[in-house]
Amino acid sequence: MAQKPRIGVYICHCGTNIAATVDVKQVAEFAATLPGVVVARDYLYMCSDPGQGLIQRDIEEQELTRVVVASCSPRMHEPTFRGAGRQGGLNPYLVEMANIREQCSWVHSDRGQATEKAKWLVASVVAKSALLKPLEEREVDVTPGAVVVGGGIAGMTAALDVADAGFPVYLVEQSGRLGGRMADLNRTFPTLESVAKLMGPLIERVQTHSNITVLLNSQVTGVEGFVGNFEVTVSGEIPNLQVGAIIIATGYDIFDPHRKPELGYGQYPNVITSLEMEQRLAAKDLTGSGKAIKSVAFIQCVGSRDAQVGNEYCSRVCCMYTAKQSLQVKELLPDADVTVFYIDVRTFGKGAEEFYDEARATGVRYRRGNISEVIRHNGRVALIGEDTLLGRPFDFEADLVVLAVGMESRADAGDLSNLLKLARSSDGFFMELHPKLRPVDTAVDGVFLAGCCQGPKDIIDTVAQAKAAASSALIPLLRGVVPVISETALVDEEWCAGCGMCVDVCPFGSASLDPLWGVSRINAVLCKGCGACATACPSKAIRLQHFTTEQIMAQVDALVG
Amino acid sequence: MAEDNFEPKIVAFLCNWCTYTGADLAGTSRLQYPPNVRIIRLMCSGSVDPTYVLKPLLDGADGVLIGGCHPGDCHYQSGNYKARRRIIALKEILKSAGYDDDRVWLRWISASEGGRFAETVTQMTEAMREKGPNPMRRKWAV
Repeated sequence: MAQKPRIGVYICHCGTNIAATVDVKQVAEFAATLPGVVVARDYLYMCSDPGQGLIQRDIEEQELTRVVVASCSPRMHEPTFRGAGRQGGLNPYLVEMANIREQCSWVHSDRGQATEKAKWLVASVVAKSALLKPLEEREVDVTPGAVVVGGGIAGMTAALDVADAGFPVYLVEQSGRLGGRMADLNRTFPTLESVAKLMGPLIERVQTHSNITVLLNSQVTGVEGFVGNFEVTVSGEIPNLQVGAIIIATGYDIFDPHRKPELGYGQYPNVITSLEMEQRLAAKDLTGSGKAIKSVAFIQCVGSRDAQVGNEYCSRVCCMYTAKQSLQVKELLPDADVTVFYIDVRTFGKGAEEFYDEARATGVRYRRGNISEVIRHNGRVALIGEDTLLGRPFDFEADLVVLAVGMESRADAGDLSNLLKLARSSDGFFMELHPKLRPVDTAVDGVFLAGCCQGPKDIIDTVAQAKAAASSALIPLLRGVVPVISETALVDEEWCAGCGMCVDVCPFGSASLDPLWGVSRINAVLCKGCGACATACPSKAIRLQHFTTEQIMAQVDALVG
Repeated sequence: MAEDNFEPKIVAFLCNWCTYTGADLAGTSRLQYPPNVRIIRLMCSGSVDPTYVLKPLLDGADGVLIGGCHPGDCHYQSGNYKARRRIIALKEILKSAGYDDDRVWLRWISASEGGRFAETVTQMTEAMREKGPNPMRRKWAV
């Protein structure tokens, strides 16, 4: 006969976040009447040190065997309160939370109704808590090493940091060379450094680093496992790579201006993309034919901020590279007329606005206007558009038109997304776990994002993000162990009929039939705790620990009973 | 059918990764919705056993909401598809037993769809209020 649980209930005010809408005193008084509850308190901030201390003291003094904290979402502070339980000597899985902030006080305004609902929610979790079982906290060893996918500036930077920390890195690059799209550029903004001079030593260091294995002409074709222990399959004759972390640095595609046929790309030889312009600037020959040039026009936001082509976002680099290219044109041809047609000029970042001012000071003209069409005119081209400051249509003749093409998510991003179960945002770029607080993490533990695969950014931001991704990937590698969930499925072999339904439904291959005993075995390391097997099991021989049918039913009883 | 002052009681089973997080987002966005829904957190909609749905209905809940990730977005790859098949079958059984299967709602609400969660709860509360108290209540006898 199990001991009767001794439950402590803690109602958090969260300052006024909860207390302003929910009568916390009343909820605490109500909680004290629930079966098994020996102490019920309310406190200003349960997550504060004194709040947690309260729990720890009660565990000791009141001999609590269960703790229920009614406060914010468990997605916010479950680790905090499990930690408080652990500190107090209680198994952390005997601590449970009722969400009376996000799912009560913040979404209801009637104090009576909100208080009533908070009581139900507390009752439900208290009922569940009585049936909780202690679970073992588990860790598994991490395979030292990382796979970095993509050999551009982001991938190389991340690879070097992980390798410098002493771990083997496999740098998987789809093309036949390192450098990525950055290698196609001539000079950087706003510092006007030679890309070749920046990139040469970097590539050299990657290629000669004793911890880095560069795999060119290679693609990731399969990923198995989980944080700490991934098995990555790469195309070709290479054996599977065993690593603890994966960094995705697959970069971007350049917008194809053929998709805006009105701009004449592909039709007129003197309409080129900004990347072609980079090459011409590098060669110091703007026409490609030596013909004299009197006027150069830049058209901004080609494929960016354009709902018609499905790209509503700003590509973040075009304003600055156009400022750079226009300066370079002025350097080459001081008498040429250089005009930039823009929607808005966005020159954020260190030294960027100053750089833009410099471009204008050298005589580059900025004209706010939408270009609707580019047509051939007297051997030159004419831009037809509307001046959006004057509200007037105009046409403008030029010898060379540069389309400031934006960035897009890679056309093959879906392949990797499927392999790794990586979420993508509506613009197609890989989605970070949190836009502000977890910018390089993904929803898949142990998989990190670096560079433009996450969204358009310049080299400065790309390098910063790559270094962030590397240091995040190093956390499990340096620690050597990773925690794994304890809330796994468990088979009661007495009840198992060996039908194999669990083997069929498990998406992670964690269930298998023991050939000798004819019963299901669940590999707790592979189990992710989804509970599919427990629900599918016809003889109810499997239970998902911490979310057992018994516990859920107790919650239902408390809610509707 | 609808009684005056009748307030439906709705039990919601929400998956941890999408709809539960979406409900949290509704909170952080301070979106207001009726207090009639009471949430039980599960890891995955694919773990919703038919008994989880039947038990509250027979015990007196007026509706049951199951919230999962959008097709293709399941944290566990395929749990939401399992939930979909299971709930379709369950609704068929409810119908053939003469019960109103529209008291069981299965909805895909992602972690970023706080607004959709608040709307769903509002709509469902309204719909259950329209239907009146659940007649399945107290027909439960073993």
